[in-house]
Amino acid sequence: MPTAEDLRARIEAAIPGAEASVQSEDNVHFAAQVKAQAFAGKSRLEQHRMVMDIFGDQLGGEIHALSLKTETP
Amino acid sequence: MSENPMRDAISEAIASNDVILFMKGTPDAPACGFSARAAGALQALEVPFSAVDILPDPRIRQELSALSNWPTIPQLFVKGELLGGSDIIMEMYESGELAGALGVEQPDSDPEPADAQAPTLQIENRLN
Repeated sequence: MPTAEDLRARIEAAIPGAEASVQSEDNVHFAAQVKAQAFAGKSRLEQHRMVMDIFGDQLGGEIHALSLKTETP
Repeated sequence: MSENPMRDAISEAIASNDVILFMKGTPDAPACGFSARAAGALQALEVPFSAVDILPDPRIRQELSALSNWPTIPQLFVKGELLGGSDIIMEMYESGELAGALGVEQPDSDPEPADAQAPTLQIENRLN
């Protein structure tokens, strides 16, 4: 089962320069806040997609829910 | 016969409903918190919308996500465009963007009564 720390590390590894913080009480429902220059010029939809694409099929499975807040620095 | 009747039924539903929410459960009996919040935002804006429960048939979610390139549920489409999932819907609701996108007043002003809410669409019973 992935942990908040796993998700944080994978987000920061997948999105260069991203600063992520991730919380979860049960390692099934997660909330992540991600700040990244790579989001600049992208719609909120695309920013969220960039983050969700990292987890592929895990989303909706092991990662039941991933609540996202994205922003540019 | 098209080779993907489910995907055609979904894209047809998206095209023919101005506001359509794919969710778990129904607006009156949501089966998940995120779906409940998304449906609640639309109800608070008193906007008529169509709702599709994706739970009865796992193919609905599979084909929908393939179409929209969005992996999670709920998914809200307005005039054929994906607005997003629960987070974006709620962010837009709180900022008033959602009311703007739907062409309605933000509730703190006096909302005019919207007509009765559209019935829940049953995608799977179109596959006869």
